[in-house]
Amino acid sequence: MSIIELRNIRKSFGTVEVIHDVSFSVEKGEVVCIIGPSGSGKSTLLRCINGLETYQGGEITVHGERVDTGSSRIRQVRARVAMVFQRFNLFPHRTALENVAEGPIFVKKEPREEVLARSRELLTRVGLGAKIDAYPAQLSGGQQQRVAIARALGMKPDAILFDEPTSALDPELVGEVLAVMRSLADEGMTMVVVTHEMGFAREVADRVLFLDGGVLVEQGPPDEVLSRPQHPRTQDFLRRILPS
Amino acid sequence: MTHFLSQVPTYLPILMQGVYLTLLVTLGAFVLATVLGLVWAFMRVSGIAPLAWTARTIIVVVRGIPGIVTLFYIYFVLPDLGLSLSAVQAAIIGLGIAYSPYMAEVFRAGIEAIDRGQTEAALSIGMGWDLLMRRVVLPQAIRVALPPYGSTMVMLLKDSSLASTITVAELSLQGKLLASSTFENTTIFTLVALIYLAMSLPLTAFNAWLERRMRQAR
Ligand SMILES: Nc1ncnc2c1ncn2[C@@H]1O[C@H](COP(=O)(O)OP(=O)(O)OP(=O)(O)O)[C@@H](O)[C@H]1O
Ligand SMILES: [Mg+2]
Repeated sequence: MSIIELRNIRKSFGTVEVIHDVSFSVEKGEVVCIIGPSGSGKSTLLRCINGLETYQGGEITVHGERVDTGSSRIRQVRARVAMVFQRFNLFPHRTALENVAEGPIFVKKEPREEVLARSRELLTRVGLGAKIDAYPAQLSGGQQQRVAIARALGMKPDAILFDEPTSALDPELVGEVLAVMRSLADEGMTMVVVTHEMGFAREVADRVLFLDGGVLVEQGPPDEVLSRPQHPRTQDFLRRILPS
Repeated sequence: MTHFLSQVPTYLPILMQGVYLTLLVTLGAFVLATVLGLVWAFMRVSGIAPLAWTARTIIVVVRGIPGIVTLFYIYFVLPDLGLSLSAVQAAIIGLGIAYSPYMAEVFRAGIEAIDRGQTEAALSIGMGWDLLMRRVVLPQAIRVALPPYGSTMVMLLKDSSLASTITVAELSLQGKLLASSTFENTTIFTLVALIYLAMSLPLTAFNAWLERRMRQAR
């Protein structure tokens, strides 16, 4: 069974439809990269998957359970699909460790000591073993984003959604975050990554989706979509962003 | 000056009885205004239209009525409706209600100053509304709201003198009574003013200190 499944999703803001009949699914352990021009609906699509946005048509399921923002189960569904944001969105009043431990302790009600021990391990794993007690304001962008990834992992999610996780970073900090994401992918984490990092998509993705104007124009393995795009809109987009 | 100083031991004990009532009314009204203000603020940010609308109406209505009229209403009109309150109770309730809209606006401004990304991060780890408020929004909103919250307390301390209009012998009324029986206007009102200052200045200083500390904690 797919971990995430979208069937004929339509999403409007007011009267403007911004996602038109999009369907795709994500299998366990798969890394799916979503690319596309600004305003094509990439963030909106991700936000629909974990119920930060409602959708008007079709159905999204996570592990077979419908994502419905009106349902009393939405919190459980959200806790299973973690999200890493472009602007990190760490809790500024909590240390790195507390940021990671917050969800497991207060949402999942797991034993505190156990969570703290695991959170320390996770921070060490993303290379921040020495920054456990630092507040977000004391960390660089790259470090903050790695804390955010550790926070996502702390929830033991079935999948992690990344919305342009490196777009807000100085160029020299992009590598450290991508390296962490790459190692997650190697360990079999299911990931949906909205990104402009074509190198990452090419090397790490199992599948690349090209979204344009709210339409899923083309999808396939990275070397097909990125190297031999079939659709003129994909060709046009790649020509514009890839230095040839 | 020597005259003033020599009179202080005589009048101070009497005025201190007023101070007690001033503090009682101020603190009581402050607690009530805080609770009501939180309720109005939560109703406004709840995203539930009828609640938001009700809170907005309450705020507009209460703010449009002078505090003194609210006090009269509670002290003189409620007994006609079968609800008698002591003057001190009426003062606390009246000032608490009169100040609740300011509190509500202070809290709402604090809550709305928090970045939307914080809410989204909290929701994305499965928090519901109460955890979101308790663990994420309020601890940050307090930092924003604390300075205006503190100044509201200083305002309330001064406005507690309104309680004198419904017979509460708090500091200002106690001073007035004392002055009219002794004719020592200068001494007594100077003393009254100094006592108000002695209460509000430490509060103001405490606020400034808290604000600095909160800012450093980030
Ligand atoms: N809250 C909102 N209200 C109204 N319209 C919105 C809202 N959020 C997004 N949109 C619109 O929906 C469309 C898709 O936006 P979205 O942010 O999903 O694009 P994106 O592909 O993530 O773009 P970017 O690469 O710039 O992040 C855009 O036309 C945008 O203007
Ligand atoms: Mg986006």
